[in-house]
This record gives sequence, C-alpha cells and structure tokens, in this order.
Amino acid sequence: MSQTIAEKILAAKAGLDRVTPGQIVDAYPDLVMSHTATWRSVSVMKKIGAKHLYDPNRLAIVLDHISPAKTEKYASDQQTSRNFAREYGIEKFYDVDAGIAHLVLMENGHVKPGDLIVGTDSHCTIYGALGALGSGIGYTEVASVWVTGKLWMKVPTTIKLILNGRFAPGVSAKDLMLHLIGTLGADGCGYKSVEFDGSALPEMSISERMTMANLAMEMGSKCVFIPPDEKTREWLLPRLKDPASYRPVVADQNAVYEQSIEIDLSKLTPMIACPHQVENTKPIAEVMGTRIDQAFLGSCANGKYEDLVVAANILAGRKIDPRVRLIVTPGSKQIMLEAMRSGVLATLIESGALVTNPGCGACAGDGGTMADGEVSLSTANRNFVGRMGSNKSSIYLSSPATLAASALKGVIADPREFF
Amino acid sequence: MQDKISGRIYKFGDNVNSDIIIAGRYLIYIDPVKLAEHAFEMLGEGFPAKLRSFDILVAGRNFGCGSAREQASTAIQGLGIKAVVAASFARTFYRNAINDGLPIFECPALYDAVTEGDQISIDLAGGLISHAGKSYDFPRIPESVAKILQLGGLANYLKSTLETGSAPR
Repeated sequence: MSQTIAEKILAAKAGLDRVTPGQIVDAYPDLVMSHTATWRSVSVMKKIGAKHLYDPNRLAIVLDHISPAKTEKYASDQQTSRNFAREYGIEKFYDVDAGIAHLVLMENGHVKPGDLIVGTDSHCTIYGALGALGSGIGYTEVASVWVTGKLWMKVPTTIKLILNGRFAPGVSAKDLMLHLIGTLGADGCGYKSVEFDGSALPEMSISERMTMANLAMEMGSKCVFIPPDEKTREWLLPRLKDPASYRPVVADQNAVYEQSIEIDLSKLTPMIACPHQVENTKPIAEVMGTRIDQAFLGSCANGKYEDLVVAANILAGRKIDPRVRLIVTPGSKQIMLEAMRSGVLATLIESGALVTNPGCGACAGDGGTMADGEVSLSTANRNFVGRMGSNKSSIYLSSPATLAASALKGVIADPREFF
Repeated sequence: MQDKISGRIYKFGDNVNSDIIIAGRYLIYIDPVKLAEHAFEMLGEGFPAKLRSFDILVAGRNFGCGSAREQASTAIQGLGIKAVVAASFARTFYRNAINDGLPIFECPALYDAVTEGDQISIDLAGGLISHAGKSYDFPRIPESVAKILQLGGLANYLKSTLETGSAPR
C-alpha cells in the first residue's frame, strides 16, 4: 500500500513494514532535543532512579531560552544541564552562545530527511523543512526517551497543501502561513501531518521552508514536511558528518490524503496576526496605521539570515521612527556571524536597531518585556496574551518585511512600497 | 486512579493556550503547588484563586494549544483540579496530561450542555459523563497508554518498569 511521509518514517522507526493512520506504535527517535528545559528532564531521571541512557549520541542539548542566565535560578538550572551533558558525554551539547536549538541543530547537520526527532518544544515541526518528522513533547517524556529510547506515537492522517504561483514582491512565506492559520484555524491540522507540495516548492529557499514548517505548528500540526529535493540536498550535504546518510524519504504516488488544499501564492497579500491568537489574522490593509512601541525581529520562525537581509534592505540608509524600539535577535551564532561579515548587522544598527545576542530572546520573554498598554510587532510565531510581558500589552505578528516597514513609520505599514 | 470523578465544573472557551495556563516566566518551577499560585493569572483579577473552588475544568476546542510546556498540566493539578473535559485537546497538552497523571476526556457534546458551577460525574470504567440526568460518552484512551495514567503518570510508570526490569528493549 502507498504511504505518506509520516507513515513511512513512523513505520521505519517502529521497525514495521507499514503502518496505517490511527495505529499506535513504539517508535525509536533518531534525536531527542532538549533546550533550557533540560534540567527538568534531569530531575525526572533522578526521581525515577535511572542512571543509564539508551544512547547518548541521540541526545542534543541547546541552552537557548533565557541565555545567558539572568538570575541565579536560571544559572543553577543551566549548570545542572551542563553538568549532565559532561557526565554523560553528550557530544551534541551547545551552550548559551549557540542560538535557538532548532536552527542550531539544522545548521550543524544533526537533522536529515527521514529522521524522527522529538524535543521539549512545540516548534520541533520545523525539522520538516529538511524532510524529518519533528514533534514536541514534555520534559518527563524526554527523560523517558533518554532512558528507554522510545515513545508511543499515533500514526496521523495527512493533509496536503499544494502551493502554486509565485509571491508578489513584498509577500513571503510568513504571509502564506498567517493566511493558512487564519483560514484553517488554530486546530485546523490538529493531530495531523502536513505535507507541502506544488509547483512553487522547488523555488522556495530552505529558510522559507523553515518558516513554513515552524508556523504550521500554529494550526495544531503534529508534524510537517517539505519533501526533500535538490535544494535540500545542496543545503544539507556540506553540513552532514556522513554525507552517505542522506536518504530522502518522499510519499508514494498513491498515498492517501485526508484533504488537499491548493493555494495560489500570487494572490496573497501581507498578513498580520492580531492579538491574542495567531488565527486572528487580517490582511494588512485592515490593520495599517496601528501604533507600535516595539518591533522584534527574531525567533525560530523569522530570525534567520535571509530574514535579517530582507529587513536590512528596507532599513538601509533610513532611520526607524524614534518612538519605536527595534530589537534584532539573530537566530544563531552562525547567522549573527554571517550578518556581521556581510554588513547586515551594521545596516540594522545604523537604522536604530538594538542587536542582542543570538537565542530565543524576546519571544521567550528574555528581554524586550512589554509594559501595560504597549504594543509590539513581532516576527515570532505567537501573540498570546502576556507572552512578552504585561497581560495588558498586545502583540501583532508579521513578516520581516512588514516589520521593517513598520519600524520606519512607527505604525503597522505595508512593506510593498519598498519593493 | 479513581473509577469515578465527580464535582463542580468551571467552563473555559476555545483555544485556551498553555501560555495562559502558566506563563513562561514561571517555568523555573516544576512543583505543582508553586505553579498553581500563578496558573491562569494572565486572565486577570480573581485568577487563579477562584478556580480553587471547582473540581473539574470543561473547555472548548484545542485546550492547551501552543507551547509544549508540561507545567501547564502540572499547574492545573496543583490547583486541586481532578480532571479536564474538553471538546478537543492540543496534542502536546494531551500527552503531557497523561504523562503527568491528570485525567482528561474528549467530549464535545458535553460542552454546550454545561454552565459554570454545574455538577458532573465521570464514570471511567463505563466511559460515560453524567450531567443533569443525561449521559455523554467519550472515546477511551488506548489501553497501552491508559496504563501510564493509571499509575499516576509517566515517571511512576517508568519507575515501575525499571524496577521490574520489563522495559527498555
């Protein structure tokens, strides 16, 4: 029987020939990611008296939320994680200098097509940008996978999203995703796998694919796939320790999809997610002119090098509105280095931006805290009430281009005049 | 786990996200009592104190969506809440609740029938929720997974398998 990507990967990791939606399998992940939550999983191991790991090479630890430590409590928790990594010889350990776990793991060749990856973060779906099945779990379950090597997983049904046409200038993958989340809803893909397809895909960069696989979580997706192609191979081969391990997994031609939805990219306009739900999306025309106090360019959704370049191209030679605080948090050390060497960081700083160290930054409440009544525009993936500070502040979400245009004007602004 | 869970319900709407249940700044805690002090405080005055007089939460679609933070289910337990019944759950919350030993039930039909303060009774063995003389059925959690809940969560389950030497393949 023909199978989807999710079915193929779950079958392989459960040691089965084939699986069907609804079936519950014991799957063995290739990688277990834990971030700042690592100390909590360590405490579970202690609590249950477990001493041995199933396979230390399958662990990846990245200290990305609240980094470097801001209080003694964070410092002590990070110390617990660091000591654990040393004690167990975890080679894929990245300290507070590295950046956001998802981007760090992909940049360093720890994610490849066909992998099953679970971790303490809902946005693990992002690994599907490279054709891997990524899904979020809690810290107790991470400890369980550390010790037993496996977890139960229900085989999901799959929805196919077919992308045709090309984005108009000033419209990007973020606008596509906000459009989809608004249309399908916060649980539109609940418990389901999402496979992207269509004639637009080969043109889309790995960075755009990461934005798509990341944001698709906000429709409730269990996992998301952009089927690996020539672009995936080109991006990944130089990063893989063992290039021979690159083996694309794609769906069979007659695989069964619960639903197929076609989207014509050329018809999309810049989109904004309004407070306090990501599904509360509106075309920019309906929100333009909304005053903003802060603009945050960063996160695993849009803190990548290409995102910084888009913003820098709009901000070059201009000054942001003096009433706006523009905070730029590069997604990783590699991204920050690249932006430094190319002059992108200088352009951003000259326009009035504050550039912080790489990591999750303001998206995870690390700096950029909002006061009562303040409004933030953000390129991150969530605008939930109080996520960036006061529960009387508001967060709007946009693409990097819309963010840069808005920082210049002091109000939510249409980026298309800059293209 | 008990066979029957009964009590007064508090009713939430759709898409109650895990940032609302417990804000990111409190993830420095894993203790249910500590977490409960700040549960739902994003909803403003009166929270979480008023939830302490209820026994069961009833919610609409996609309860616990957003962040995969396990402390969302821990914080609810810390409030003394015995179960959550929702029209549907976000998958991360669903797993975390089971792994934390918090009984959860998917029952869309109950949602429209109840109002805050109503009394409901959940019969686990019978697979039925009773309210105002009517019963509503809910899909059972698969048996292999229900074992985790019955032992009070994944840590206990794991401890028992490690002790009996039955687990890691």
